[in-house]
Amino acid sequence: MFKVSPSLLTLTIFFPLFWGSLSLWLPNKWRASFFCTFAFLGSLITCILSLFLYQGFSGETGAFEWVHSRLWLRDFGIYYEVGVDGMSLWLILLTTFFVPFAILCSLSSVQKQVKSYYFLLLALETGMLGAFASLDLFLFYIFWEAMLIPMYFLIGIWGGKERIYASMKFFLYTLVGSLLMLSAIFYLGYEQVVQAGYHSMKFSDLLQLKLEGGYFFLNPQNLLFLGFALAFAIKVPLFPFHTWLPDAHVQAPTAGSVILASILLKMGGYGFLRFAFPLFPQAVMYFQPLFMGLGAFAIVYGAWIALAQTDMKKLVAYSSVSHMGYVILGLFSLNESGMMGAYYQMLNHGLTAGALFLMVGMLYERSHTREIAAFGGLARVMPWFCVFFFLVTLSAVALPGTSSFIGEFLILLGAWQTAPFWSALGASGVIFGAVYMLTFFEKVALGPDGKQKGMGDLSLREIGLLVPLVVAIFSMGFCPNFFFSKMKSSFGRTQQIFQKHF
Amino acid sequence: MGSSAMVGMVLFPWMGFLINGLGYWFFQSSSHQKKWSSAVAGSIGTLCMLFSCALAWNFFFQFLGLPAEARVLEYAGFSWISLGKLQVDLGLRLDSLSSLFVCVITLVGSLIHLYSIGYMKEDPTPGKFFAYLNLFCFFMLILVLGDSFPVVFLGWEGVGLCSYLLIGYWYQDQAKAQAGKKAFLVNRIGDFGFLLGVFLVFTTFGTLAFEPLKHAVLNAVGVERSIQWICGLLFVGCMGKSAQIPLYIWLPDAMAGPTPVSALIHAATMVTSGIYLVTRLNFLFTLAPWVLHTMAWVGAFTAFFAASIALCQRDIKKVLAYSTVSQLGYMFLGCGVGAFGAGVFHVITHAFFKALLFLGAGSVIHGMHEEQDLFKMGGLRKEMPHTFLMVALGWLAICGIPPFSGFFSKDEILGHAFHGSWGLWVLGVITAAMTAFYMTRFFYLAFLGRSRHASVHVHESGWNMLMPLQVLGFFSVFAGFLGIPHASWLEHWLEPILGLSIHEPNGMEWPLMFISVLAAVLGMIWSFSKYRRFDPCEAQAFPRLAHFLEHQGYVNEGLHTLFVVALQRVSFFAWSVLDIKWIDGFVLGVSSLATQLGGLFRLLQTGVVQHYLLMVLMGLLMSTGYWMYVQG
Amino acid sequence: MIVESWILLSFCALIFCVGLLGVLLRRNLLVILMSIELMLNAINLTFVSFSYQLQDIHGQVCVFFVIALAASESAVGLALVIAWFRTMKTTDTYAMQYLRESP
Repeated sequence: MFKVSPSLLTLTIFFPLFWGSLSLWLPNKWRASFFCTFAFLGSLITCILSLFLYQGFSGETGAFEWVHSRLWLRDFGIYYEVGVDGMSLWLILLTTFFVPFAILCSLSSVQKQVKSYYFLLLALETGMLGAFASLDLFLFYIFWEAMLIPMYFLIGIWGGKERIYASMKFFLYTLVGSLLMLSAIFYLGYEQVVQAGYHSMKFSDLLQLKLEGGYFFLNPQNLLFLGFALAFAIKVPLFPFHTWLPDAHVQAPTAGSVILASILLKMGGYGFLRFAFPLFPQAVMYFQPLFMGLGAFAIVYGAWIALAQTDMKKLVAYSSVSHMGYVILGLFSLNESGMMGAYYQMLNHGLTAGALFLMVGMLYERSHTREIAAFGGLARVMPWFCVFFFLVTLSAVALPGTSSFIGEFLILLGAWQTAPFWSALGASGVIFGAVYMLTFFEKVALGPDGKQKGMGDLSLREIGLLVPLVVAIFSMGFCPNFFFSKMKSSFGRTQQIFQKHF
Repeated sequence: MGSSAMVGMVLFPWMGFLINGLGYWFFQSSSHQKKWSSAVAGSIGTLCMLFSCALAWNFFFQFLGLPAEARVLEYAGFSWISLGKLQVDLGLRLDSLSSLFVCVITLVGSLIHLYSIGYMKEDPTPGKFFAYLNLFCFFMLILVLGDSFPVVFLGWEGVGLCSYLLIGYWYQDQAKAQAGKKAFLVNRIGDFGFLLGVFLVFTTFGTLAFEPLKHAVLNAVGVERSIQWICGLLFVGCMGKSAQIPLYIWLPDAMAGPTPVSALIHAATMVTSGIYLVTRLNFLFTLAPWVLHTMAWVGAFTAFFAASIALCQRDIKKVLAYSTVSQLGYMFLGCGVGAFGAGVFHVITHAFFKALLFLGAGSVIHGMHEEQDLFKMGGLRKEMPHTFLMVALGWLAICGIPPFSGFFSKDEILGHAFHGSWGLWVLGVITAAMTAFYMTRFFYLAFLGRSRHASVHVHESGWNMLMPLQVLGFFSVFAGFLGIPHASWLEHWLEPILGLSIHEPNGMEWPLMFISVLAAVLGMIWSFSKYRRFDPCEAQAFPRLAHFLEHQGYVNEGLHTLFVVALQRVSFFAWSVLDIKWIDGFVLGVSSLATQLGGLFRLLQTGVVQHYLLMVLMGLLMSTGYWMYVQG
Repeated sequence: MIVESWILLSFCALIFCVGLLGVLLRRNLLVILMSIELMLNAINLTFVSFSYQLQDIHGQVCVFFVIALAASESAVGLALVIAWFRTMKTTDTYAMQYLRESP
């Protein structure tokens, strides 16, 4: 293992933005494929940088590593502090792993304003990496909001027919939640001054605060937690704050959908895990039944609605709602199995949903329609596509051997130890999930062909996109310990905070 | 020999899957031209299975030479999930019970692979078929060899997956694809119960591996209620996989797949997973008497109901499908009265004679050029003599005629059932009579009597289809001697798993045996007499009842309305009303509230400067007034 | 005292209010300008009366500034009114609702 300077993390975070702004200087009239390659190169370099991060990460204690800390605004105690621990490491790797896929899949589908498109994707990557790595609450908020802007433009310019509506809805909905979180952050800063005497927004300092929790509903800790929870719940998306997701996904371009599903949705879960849980443990335990119930209901609800869909992308969007319900169910079960399972489910949902959106995008590129009824019998016409489609369907259905099974099994096991009823409701998601996914597969791939003529099978680039994902899904299904080993101490720390209050 | 050979035994079918599957995928799938014949693909598949079979039987004979406690071979595997108290290893364990199952699976599997070479000769994609078959055998071996719940579940879902793939093999027909989907989904309902049972096991006993669980159960106190729930939930899982009421509906539809598939999966192996699980966990189930009671009655009713439907089926495969459901009911009846050994015995004999019957039916279908309606067959005795002879052996076995295998196993179950509850025994005997009736009907309509297929030229099948029939016929005849009452080698063999076998008191045995054989013979005679002068156009004896049974009791339609249509309605309601109208409506309402507020404030902007001046003045007055109030 | 200060101040306030109401309520631009002049004159008078009451010369000095300012401001204002009238052909303030949001 070799360690580079601690600012490797900062370099990794800001490199995509830097590279993207480089690309803005290039002449407009170059071919679209060149910009794609240029951006792809940048994202690959970021990926390699993050691999160095991984290499230098030990994960033995639960402390933050690769910490880069600088005082930024002294009067308010806002620091530029970034670092990784077990929780953020895998999500950072997921981000840097996925953005190249998103860039590569837009090679043939984006033809107008190409330069800005790739710049926005790279800027988005910076925002996401910063949000995963930041250890100062204000900095986290900045990166959190910074993710919205590129996404807004991505949906609004390169999206489908109702893109303006979808992008506005996405932006405003997420913003409303974030603003409540901002007020909660301000109050935390104020409490910090009152209790400790000096300004600071650093996460490690804020952890020392004593916030009053208790049985009364409107105590400070509960309110602060709700402020944070609303922002994260909207992002997850948790029922009933999920209605922005179908519109945003359907109208977004393929790369936008892929990044939205794979990474942006994980922000919510990560936010809960990193900030809400350690800062407000009593409030979390106070609201635990509510969130577990919402999560379990979201599983079933998302699956039911997905069954009624006729638009492919909406179906996959609602399946995301269903899968992220598992995440919330697992997170709020507050035991090791549930929380690690929820985290694992976040990782593999990124892979599965990303793969599904990639494939839906491939179908859309060929036929310019997303209606399920327009397809049928594809297994004969596009056999390679259907093989990959089936393998990803297996992952969505949580067949043992895929990573989703490990995630769901651990989540349901953890949830069972806390609240068997919600776990049983979530387990029925096993049935309903299979219903809509298999119906979807059967309508699209099986049956007599003839509805779509002349659709070519996968090109080499598309195979190159899908193979790593499928390989990752199945290898993650058999080697979860590889991931858990780095995560255990960080989760152990969060566990300890809760055990103090149990 | 050792654990690595055991792993090799499991991995041979996996290699066959890889070779055939990848070969098909890379070379054939895009070009739609048959690149290699079923002989090539089938030989690869069969060879892999034969290697597995050789290893399996080798282990078995090795075990025979060892004392009872030493008949264990464990493979620790690698650590799959390691999370605090939850330690799951991908381990395999070959012991008395699993070695029996492994021998049957590999033997019957190899025979069916060989058979399929001939059966699927004209199929355009044999590489895919044999890949799927090998994959199935791989997962089935994992299921029976797994040493903990997650590994068994891996195999459990894996065989469900292969069942889906193979039932929907001819996917260009949407109905067949939907039959596959139905099988998977109904299995999933069972898996829901299975998973909940597994969770409860973990929270009660803290371990998911079978051997530690056995020790934990024996030493635990005060967990009776949990054990009842655990066993109940696990039984739900078994109901799904082994097609008991009400989760049997997928099995008749599964006949949409090719006949070798029906023989392998839905007769001999996959559907017996439930009985395997129950026997493996007999130390849990014996502590849950209510669950065992329910199991026995569910099994008995399933046997009876399925047999009654089989009485009126016209499709040759559907008769056998319902017969399978019925025989599975018998197996659960046996397990439910505590006679796990009898259940396993029936599993083994049933595997042989049911596979034989299915393969024979396949031979008939193949010879009749894909005709499956019994009413259009007849007199095949002359045109397909070898098939006729073998199917006759299977027929006699399933009817329970001594000294064929089915007699011994069925009688064992009925004997134990009598000591469980005489109601169970009565149901069992009536079902035995019905079994004899409909199997004789099947046999008669297909092979005996006048030929009703004058226009079809029937040919006998080739040696590669007949040889498996002969081997299976041999076992159908002689496998029964494994479990002769009071000298049962099988009970003795299974002692490490089941504990010492209880010998029921001697008195009622011979009369019971006599009654059950009498019932079977009576059923056969009645069937013969009824179908001797068979005329397909003639009206049925009980037309309304026959009509009801021919349509499978309208169970499918009922459950379809009750669940499928209901689910569709619920999901449409959830989408259009809950999601779009209420939740999204709320969100849009908030945004329209903002817009309306803005509209309200817009009324202040009149564009007339004097109004603005007025507002300035009012503001000035208010602030001055407030300032004066504060000051004074 | 020749005149009591409160009479003087209330008189000035009255004139100021008349001017203010004129600005707010009259529709003719020229009348508005005249009302502004009225307000400024009232202010002048207020300054003078305070200067007399408090015996301080600074009030009267301010009056000079206000008179100069009023003169220049009315010159500019009249020029604007003339320019406006040439384009719009009306001096009605209610006709000038260009800042209004069109519905």
